[in-house]
Amino acid sequence: MKQAVISLEGITKTYVNGKLVVPVLHGIDLNIYEGEFTSIMGPSGSGKSTFMNILGCLDRPTSGSYKLDGEEVATLSDDELAFVRNKRIGFVFQSFNLLPKLTAQDNVALPMVYAGVPKKERKERAAYLLDSLGLGERLDHLPAELSGGQRQRVAIARALANDPSIIMADEPTGNLDSKSSVDVMNIFTNLYNEGRTIILVTHEPDIATFASRNIVLRDGYIVEDKQNPNMAGLQSVQAPTESVAVSAATEQKAVKSVISKTVTEKVNTEQTNKGGTSHV
Amino acid sequence: MYKEGFLMAWASLVANKMRSLLTMLGIIIGVAAVIALVSIGYGVRSQIQDSISSLGSNLLMVYPGAPRTPGVRPTADSQKTLKLEDYTTISHLQDIDMASPVSAGSSYVVIYTNKNWTTSVNGVNSDFQYINNWTVKSGRFITASQVERRERVAVIGATVATNLFGTEDPVGKDIRIKNNPYKVIGVLESKGSGSFGNDQDDVIYIPYTTGMERLQGVDYLRMIYIKAKDGVDLDRLQTDVENILRVRHNIKNPELDDFNVRNMATIMATVEETTATMTLFLGAVAAISLVVGGIGIMNIMLVSVTERTREIGVRKALGATYRVIVMQFLIEAVVISLVGGAIGILVGIGASKLIGALTSMKTVISMGPILLSFGFSMAIGLVFGLYPARKAAKLNPIDALHYE
Repeated sequence: MKQAVISLEGITKTYVNGKLVVPVLHGIDLNIYEGEFTSIMGPSGSGKSTFMNILGCLDRPTSGSYKLDGEEVATLSDDELAFVRNKRIGFVFQSFNLLPKLTAQDNVALPMVYAGVPKKERKERAAYLLDSLGLGERLDHLPAELSGGQRQRVAIARALANDPSIIMADEPTGNLDSKSSVDVMNIFTNLYNEGRTIILVTHEPDIATFASRNIVLRDGYIVEDKQNPNMAGLQSVQAPTESVAVSAATEQKAVKSVISKTVTEKVNTEQTNKGGTSHV
Repeated sequence: MYKEGFLMAWASLVANKMRSLLTMLGIIIGVAAVIALVSIGYGVRSQIQDSISSLGSNLLMVYPGAPRTPGVRPTADSQKTLKLEDYTTISHLQDIDMASPVSAGSSYVVIYTNKNWTTSVNGVNSDFQYINNWTVKSGRFITASQVERRERVAVIGATVATNLFGTEDPVGKDIRIKNNPYKVIGVLESKGSGSFGNDQDDVIYIPYTTGMERLQGVDYLRMIYIKAKDGVDLDRLQTDVENILRVRHNIKNPELDDFNVRNMATIMATVEETTATMTLFLGAVAAISLVVGGIGIMNIMLVSVTERTREIGVRKALGATYRVIVMQFLIEAVVISLVGGAIGILVGIGASKLIGALTSMKTVISMGPILLSFGFSMAIGLVFGLYPARKAAKLNPIDALHYE
């Protein structure tokens, strides 16, 4: 049985603005297990962003318990939360949020700076991660010199920098064209294949179909929570008929060849079982 | 961490060159002003010191003083209490290197052919040249035998030479003082103006014996110059001289002294105190502009925090703690102020060199104010950078991430 990476019990969030009290989340209970690719959908005003902020340890719940890797994080101090974000959570944002004056490599290395990783090691790991996402040629490029899809790949590499327990992606394809979107989603699928835990917030049902589990939030409650046996990413990999899928698969090869170096053999086996294309 | 902080701060400075320069301008002007003005202050001090030590810094001067008796007190100058015997007795003191009496006085009309010039005529002995650090430009100074023989000879200052002789060589010519001819035997090298703006070269020296007996016909002295031996405590020597004079003048109560002894060291100390106050004042005025520069830094740092709200949010989301963000902005402020300070030092040194070269003012650049203003500018970076840095570090990561 897989362990619950995230365990929420009775999470509520209420904003108090002067005399106005706005309850946003009404007691959410949820377990997210290791290796799950969970999508969170919901219309605007559903509490999606607030929920994401709490899951990402950017904010604290008003009440309830949030255990990350079995450790209670709902009551941590600001600096302790910063530490949790640094080590255990990798963020991918809709607008990439790369620092414009840092090169791709330095952007990826940034979380390792805060984790106190020595400079040489940081540089090497950042170069390695970027290379694994097909950006080996672009280490010294500034974000402005990269396309949207490339920027998001840099952001994903950055999210992986400190080898976090979960990766939180907030509308990662929101600013991308459909081809880049598929590329990015295929990267997530690969990370899923590696056994990483991914939480994806989106409002696009198409994107949500890439996840293995779909959660729908409405008015601060979870109204739907179901497994998705037909993950879009896996299908496209299995049947590379469309042109988009072909390019995605090529991309995937590069990703996978690197990923297989990083992860344990167990994941590798799992990957093969799931029927991904074998790397050369 | 710090090294990287500095590198990051440097990168951010280089990325915003114009803004960084304008921000630094306040500090640059402040530091440069401190250095330039203090160097002018030091220059004035050293100028005064030079002119005082051109008189000799280990000097005692004995003047006749008004007797402290009831009734109308005549001016000190007109006193007749200082006699030649006083000088003779004092000159035998162990600690004294040289001494010279000074007779006669100011305002004699001196005539050469059809020109005349009013100047001070002083009777001195042959040592006077060394006591007052005079150099003879041409001819020679008064000799001991000329003093003994009460010869009518004169050594004239540069101003007198110019006014009476023009381009002519004065040595060997006769000038007339009080209708008596005096042979010019030497011309003195110019000393320039004195500490108090007086012209030191507007002077004539004759043997003191001649001055007392042949020019004035008196038996008293105008003053006595005493040059102490090297390493002698001038205050103690002053007490010795005072005691001798009291015994000779039969004075029991020091309050009734009919003489004054002035100590060059004391005068020097007073002058130094005055110029130190002036320098401090100049420095303080300049320091105000440093503080204004610091406020400029704070202003720009606050703008920079607002501008980089999103960046701060990203950094916090990626795990930057409060301390890390504070350090980042603080280091940036300090780097701005330090770079500004360094440029300011160069500008300040350049400015004071320029002032020294282009004007008659003398400037003295010293390490003290340079180090002080550099340290001060760093402190300003710290103080005025702290508020913006804390503001940045306190930002809520969610708000910062969604800031547009």
